[in-house]
Formats: sequence, structure tokens, C-alpha cells
Amino acid sequence: MAALLDVKNLGISFGGLRAVNGFDISIEKGELYGLIGPNGAGKTTVFNLLTGVYKPDTGKITLDGKDITGKKTIDISKAGIARTFQNIRLFKQLSVLDNVKVGLHNHHKYSAIEGVLRLPRYFKVEKEMNERAMEILKVFELEEHADVLASNLPYGEQRKLEIARALATDPKLLLLDEPAAGMNPNETGSLMEMIQLVREKFHMTILLIEHDMKLVSGICEKLTVLNFGEVLAQGKTTDVLNDPQVIAAYLGE
Amino acid sequence: MTKTKKKISKQTRSNIITYGIVILAYIIVQTMINSGSISSLMEGLMVPLCIYAILAISLNLVVGILGELSLGHAGFMCVGAFASAFFSKCMRGEMESDGLRFFLALLIGVAAAAVFGLLIGIPVLRLKGDYLAIVTLAFGEIIKNLVNVLYIGKDSSGFHISTQDVMALDSDGTMIISGPQGITGTPRDATFLIGIILVLITLFIVINLTNSRSGRAIMSIRDNRIASESIGINITKYKLMAFTVSAALAGSAGVLYAHNLSTLTATTNNFGYNQSIMILVFVVLGGIGNIRGSMIAAVILTLLPELLRGLSDYRMLIYAIVLIIMMLFNWAPKAIEWREKYLSFGRKKKEAVK
Repeated sequence: MAALLDVKNLGISFGGLRAVNGFDISIEKGELYGLIGPNGAGKTTVFNLLTGVYKPDTGKITLDGKDITGKKTIDISKAGIARTFQNIRLFKQLSVLDNVKVGLHNHHKYSAIEGVLRLPRYFKVEKEMNERAMEILKVFELEEHADVLASNLPYGEQRKLEIARALATDPKLLLLDEPAAGMNPNETGSLMEMIQLVREKFHMTILLIEHDMKLVSGICEKLTVLNFGEVLAQGKTTDVLNDPQVIAAYLGE
Repeated sequence: MTKTKKKISKQTRSNIITYGIVILAYIIVQTMINSGSISSLMEGLMVPLCIYAILAISLNLVVGILGELSLGHAGFMCVGAFASAFFSKCMRGEMESDGLRFFLALLIGVAAAAVFGLLIGIPVLRLKGDYLAIVTLAFGEIIKNLVNVLYIGKDSSGFHISTQDVMALDSDGTMIISGPQGITGTPRDATFLIGIILVLITLFIVINLTNSRSGRAIMSIRDNRIASESIGINITKYKLMAFTVSAALAGSAGVLYAHNLSTLTATTNNFGYNQSIMILVFVVLGGIGNIRGSMIAAVILTLLPELLRGLSDYRMLIYAIVLIIMMLFNWAPKAIEWREKYLSFGRKKKEAVK
């Protein structure tokens, strides 16, 4: 079976700094894959390369058989990669429901003119959007806060909403950038359950960056360890975490 | 689902209040005009009030909804004014119905302003914040100055355009636009009723656009550009859409302006940066992103100098104090708290979870 995401020899330099070099990864459909590494190893840069924020100098990215190397962010989103951000990036002045509805933007369409003149299609599509958005919010137990402004949600819920919004774009691959950052052990626990739930419910393939070893070893099937922009180790979670090189570089001697 | 329904009805209620205010204001003022209890000076102020309300509402689309600072709004108004006045002057006496002529002039003014909005928007919207403000300011001035050196005349052999001076026309020729002297003899078609209708149309367009798929996309760009790009929103398209619609609506204000005076000239006072900043003041004081607020602020701040005329020297002092009070009322956290407690303005309550 061909991999859902196949990355070969990905690399980018910022000035003299080789931020990512010779990065390979292959993720099968339905896998939960972890990307770990010390601070500044280039994890988020890899995400930015995958989502088209940066254009790679070298390498090739293939999603579901299609070459998406060097494409624009918007086209990559349409091709089926959605992401969350390390520092939460919600639409703060919009309600929780509207945040998800923006995510549905490319799937439920009507023109601006239909919107302004309130033609029948507006009501029909808006109704579909509301229903779909509420469905997604229900999975994340956010449906009660649908009318609340996103900025007024507690931190943990904001993280959830960001994942909900990413899922609204109906992606093939979901990238989570440090979903547990700033969470206490309890919240991390419920986040782990939620990621599992998302995976089952939406049949989602997930690639996540994380520092929390409990979360990584708890839910990821495979890991890639980055160090100074290069792949240090790759494989099954247990094997990787017992690799002496990884322990030395990342977990400490 | 019940919650969503409630929200929609709340939204609708707020919109009905906004439209209601405008219609009520029209009825009250019209009754006062009919019963003669209003001075002719005030009566003459009614169309300008509509013009400023339209300008404030349309600028709010760019400043409040799109979240970009534009200081070239008077420029688009200028385009709309001259394009429509040009048409009206050419067609004066050649069309049977004045109403139809004004309607066509309106369409032409709006279309011209929209085209300018689009053309200027394409390069300018790559910039952000202060840079965008400065460049739009410059474009506004360029439009005004271009109009000031534009001479167009018409005779039996067609139109003649020059940027120099009065051209030699045939004996049957007339000047239509004569540089700094502008256009004289525009038909005065604008009435208070037309003004109010245009305000309502502007409100309708801005409010409905904001509460639609496109409006959400525009607001998502304002709140977080990177995130909205990452979920597949076409940033350029929606920025241009907001900018162009805003310019087109400013153009309609210009049409109203041109047809309210018999002489149309482009000076610093009417189409210069002072005017653009004045419109921005309406938007900021009325509440950025608050459509109804900016409309009310435009009306109050246009009426005030006239109402205070009797106080002669103290006029500007009081005007300044009112500006400060409005600013505090709208923006000070304590005032917002007080307002939410005692006055229900139908605003989105900032309810915190937990």
C-alpha cells in the first residue's frame, strides 16, 4: 500500500543555517505518527514546509500520490493537509461556531452575491454549515459554547477548537503542533483520549509534534526524532525511545 | 440547535433595530420638514448627513471588518462624484425622466468607484498597517489632483480631453469638466428620501455581507491571517472584495454629493485627506466593526458643528469635548461595563465560560 504522505530528502536553509536537511518520512493511512526532538531541531519548520508556508530548497512531498512540493498554502489545504499551531491561532473575535464554519469554507459554497441578497441558496447552505459545524463541535464537547467568542474560551478548550476547525476542512492528514503545550497532566490525559477519538471517528491520519513523553509514548505508533535538522532515529515508538542516541540527544543521559 | 437559532434571531433583532433607527429618523425629520418646524439650514444638512453615514458605514467594512487602515476613502467618493456628474451633465435635457437619469448616474458612479477600488486594491493590499494607510492616503490625494487638471469638453465632433487648459471647441461645444473649476450645472437630483434609501441599501449590503460565508472569511483574515490561509481561505480575493465593495459604496456617497450641489469641484475640504480622516474619526468613535455605531457617530459629529453655531467661539471647544466623551463611552473598559449593565444595546455579550 502506498503511503498517504511520502517525503523524500526535504531540506531548507535560512541564510547560512541549514534548518532541515535530508528529511524523510513516510506515513501510512490511519497512522498516528510522532515527530519529536529538542528545541530548535526544526520540527515546526518541517510542518511549515509540509503546509507550504516555506518553500523547500530540496526534496519532494507527495500526498496521496499527488506531488504537492512547493505549492501554496491554500492549495495544500485543498489537497488535504490541515494543521494546528504551537501558539494557538484562533479567530478570536468570531464565535466558536463561526470558527468552525470558516473551516467549512471550501466545502459548503455560495457566492458573495447570494449571501448579500439572501437568495434561497444562502439559507440552504448556511443550514448545512450549521449542522455540520455543530456535529464537529459535539465530538469535542464544545457545542454548549457555540455562541461564545473564541477568545473567551479557557485555554484547553481553545486547543480543542483549533483541532475542530482543522477537521472542518475535511483533511486527509492532520498536523498537530504541540497540542499538549501548556496543559496540566489531567488536561493532557483528556487530550490523549480526544486525539484517539478523532482518529477513530474521522479515520484520520495524524502527525504530531510533542514534548510530552507520556503523550508520545502513550498514543504514537511510530516516531521520528529530529536533531539539528536531521533525522536521528525513526521507527516504532518503543524502539526509538530505547535508542541510546535518542536518549543522549533528547531525553538526557 | 436551539442555541444557534437563538443567536440568529438575536442577530436579526439587532439588524432590525439598525434599519428601524434609520427609518424612524427619516419619518421624524420628514414630519418636521412638512410642519415647517425645522430651519432651512438644517433641512439642507439632511443629504450631507446621509452622505457621511454611507461613508462611515462603508469605511467600517475595511477598517472594522477587514481590519486594515485605509485613508483614501474620500478619493473613491471623488471618483463616484465626478463620474456620475459627468454623465448627468452630458445627459441633462436629453433624457425624459430625471429619476432614470439619476439612477443611471448612480450606477455609473458606483461602478467607476468600484473599478478604482479594485485597481488600487490590487497593489496596495499587499501592504499592512501603517504602510497601507500611507499609500491609500497618497492614492486619495492623487485622485483629487488628477481631477483638478482634467479638462473635458464636448462638441459636434465628440469629446475632447486635455490636461492643460481650455481647448478649442467648435461653436456648439460646451465644457463639461474644466479643471479646478470642476463641473458646473449638475442637476440637483439628490433628495433626502434618496439619501435615506441609499443609507438603507448600504446597511443592507454591509450587514448581509458580514453575516455570510464571505464575511466570515474576511473577518478570519482580520483575526488571524496565517490561520485563515492554512484552512484554505483565499486571502487576496477576500481582501479585494472588502476593499472594492467599500470603495463602491463610497462612490454612491459621491454620487449623492455631486447631485446635491450645482457646482462640483475637488478641493482639500471635500475630497482631500481631511475628509478621509474625518470619516475615519466617525468609524473609530462609533466603534470599529460596529456598523450602527459608526452611522450614529457620523450623524452626531456632522450635526454638532451646526447645532453649536450659536455658541460661536466655544463651538470647537464643545466639539472637542464631545469627541472625547464619545471616545470614552465607546472604548473605556469601565464605560463598557456600565453600558452592558444598564443599557442593552443588543451587542454580543462577552460571556466567559466557567
